[in-house]
Amino acid sequence: METPVNKPKQLRIALRNCGMLDPENIAESIVRDAYQALGKVLKEYSPQECINILKQSGLRGRGGAGFPTGLKWEIASKSKSDQKYVVCNADEGDPGAFMDRSILEGDPHSVLEAMAICGYCIGADKGLIYIRAEYPLAIKRLKIAISQAMEWGLLGKNILGSGFNFEIKLCYGAGAFVCGEETALIHSMEGKRGEPTNKPPFPATSGFMKKPTNVNNVETFANIAPIILKGPEWFSSIGTKNSKGTKVFALAGKINHVGLIEVPMGTSLREIIYEIGGGIKENKKFKAVQTGGPSGGCLTEKHLDTPIDYENLIAAGSMMGSGGMIVMDENDCMVSVAKFYLDFIVGESCGKCTPCRIGNKRLYEILERITQGKGVMKDLDKLKNLSYIIKDTALCGLGQTSPNPVFSTLENFYDEYYEHVVEKKCRAGHCKNLFHYVINEELCVGCAACKRCCPVHAITGEKRKPHYIDSNICIRCNECIEKCSFDAISIQLEPKILV
Amino acid sequence: MTHIKSLEQLTSKRDELKSNLSRLDDPNNSEKKVQIKVAMATCGIASGARTTMDFLTAELSKRNIPSVVTQTGCMGYCYAEPTIEVKLPGKEAVIFGYVDTKRADEIIEKYIKTGELTEGVIPRNYDTID
Repeated sequence: METPVNKPKQLRIALRNCGMLDPENIAESIVRDAYQALGKVLKEYSPQECINILKQSGLRGRGGAGFPTGLKWEIASKSKSDQKYVVCNADEGDPGAFMDRSILEGDPHSVLEAMAICGYCIGADKGLIYIRAEYPLAIKRLKIAISQAMEWGLLGKNILGSGFNFEIKLCYGAGAFVCGEETALIHSMEGKRGEPTNKPPFPATSGFMKKPTNVNNVETFANIAPIILKGPEWFSSIGTKNSKGTKVFALAGKINHVGLIEVPMGTSLREIIYEIGGGIKENKKFKAVQTGGPSGGCLTEKHLDTPIDYENLIAAGSMMGSGGMIVMDENDCMVSVAKFYLDFIVGESCGKCTPCRIGNKRLYEILERITQGKGVMKDLDKLKNLSYIIKDTALCGLGQTSPNPVFSTLENFYDEYYEHVVEKKCRAGHCKNLFHYVINEELCVGCAACKRCCPVHAITGEKRKPHYIDSNICIRCNECIEKCSFDAISIQLEPKILV
Repeated sequence: MTHIKSLEQLTSKRDELKSNLSRLDDPNNSEKKVQIKVAMATCGIASGARTTMDFLTAELSKRNIPSVVTQTGCMGYCYAEPTIEVKLPGKEAVIFGYVDTKRADEIIEKYIKTGELTEGVIPRNYDTID
């Protein structure tokens, strides 16, 4: 058996119980100290004392922007109202991200307990979990967890004899990406269109049903109980100067050990990719990591040793986001990556404001032209100018950050854009119009296997003589390469012209 | 039905449940059992964890091995799903990856019966808080 030589790089706080217990049996959670923190808070602390603990701990929101959690709770607690709400944002929508789903499926009670603590601190007796309808297993386990907690008296009326009441209900999202934005999320819960509105007013003063509402992400809630039980000093001893604790990342893409990881803030990309992730698939060359989803950007080789925290990621032109980490190797075309995210944004834009609705569509069209080999140098300036306009004028976080993939790939991979536009080449061999299938005359025996399988009749040649592929007809379906038994066909950046 | 009315009751309930668990884990206790956890989050189920879990439950009782097989959430080793954790009484828990029914059979015959490790062991690569 292999034994790890060094101390493990991962530290699991939010994921402390994931994979350790049966999420459908509350007794297993109780064994692992579930609801102890709630009991302690209700018995020993005033709401303000509990908020102070969170402020001291330095916990920041794990949904992406990194707003200090204690401060958020304090603002909500100071709003005066007869009714307040605690909302858990489980509308995880970034491509490649599955942190929240795993927490809800593996340890639902950690989130329920923290929501009750939040309710006590801000003076709310109702909690709502806004969860995507695409997460049926997480929904099922949450429902079981809520009903078991009610049965055991850990939610509901007069919790643990303290006189504090708290109940939690589920709200289903229909899967719109913009509904992860808190104002859009609240509108969606109210039964209105999932469209964002200007802040202020912030949800802490006027949120769900115009009542003060505190919205936190799943992972943020999952960090609360350990902070209460082990103390703020313990938590703030982990991480970097301004980013405390740990962060869960969903490692995906061209990496050997795809998985769910949790590392202390300040861990470098190199440690994550090569030590925890086991390196790049098939020993290919590392090119970039995309973090922060469609609002984030790419980190490249020069960022490999940057300690990851909120500030450093912003400085590197990306952002923490919710924690998706997509690893890319030398076969990924960065222009196509930017195009992929823009395509996602175009589909997910709610259409309320013009810069996002129309601007992103235009950005996408320019990128599409470039990947088809029809781009001109002027397009690169247009991309940049339009991106700035969208960033400055869009209504909500989705629109303001939507050009980030363009900024970041232009900044880090300008030479790839240049090659696409000027040399009409895609070095990654990804853009279909910019590479060619070529038959090596010396290896081709003229068996005609390729000619027979070609669906568009792009291959010509006499029997037992070398064949030829007409690149103008070829649709790059890859059939011929798979059929050729002599490895005579390869992908080349230059077409072969028949003389 | 359990209804907990105070923090003290919660703590004593926790301790009671804990001691039940430690009886299962005590190699000298007659109630000892092999404890197996199958990672059954969406990712695990999609990779076939339910088949693995059904197989383990059925085969362990057929082969007269006192055991409890439970489901858990994601263990984080998505690349090696389905994953299971096996805890022999009094021993450190061991995680196995790529557990289809063939490997599950191997694990029962080799690791659970004789304590000899089989292929597919995943070294635990994290610290947790307790």
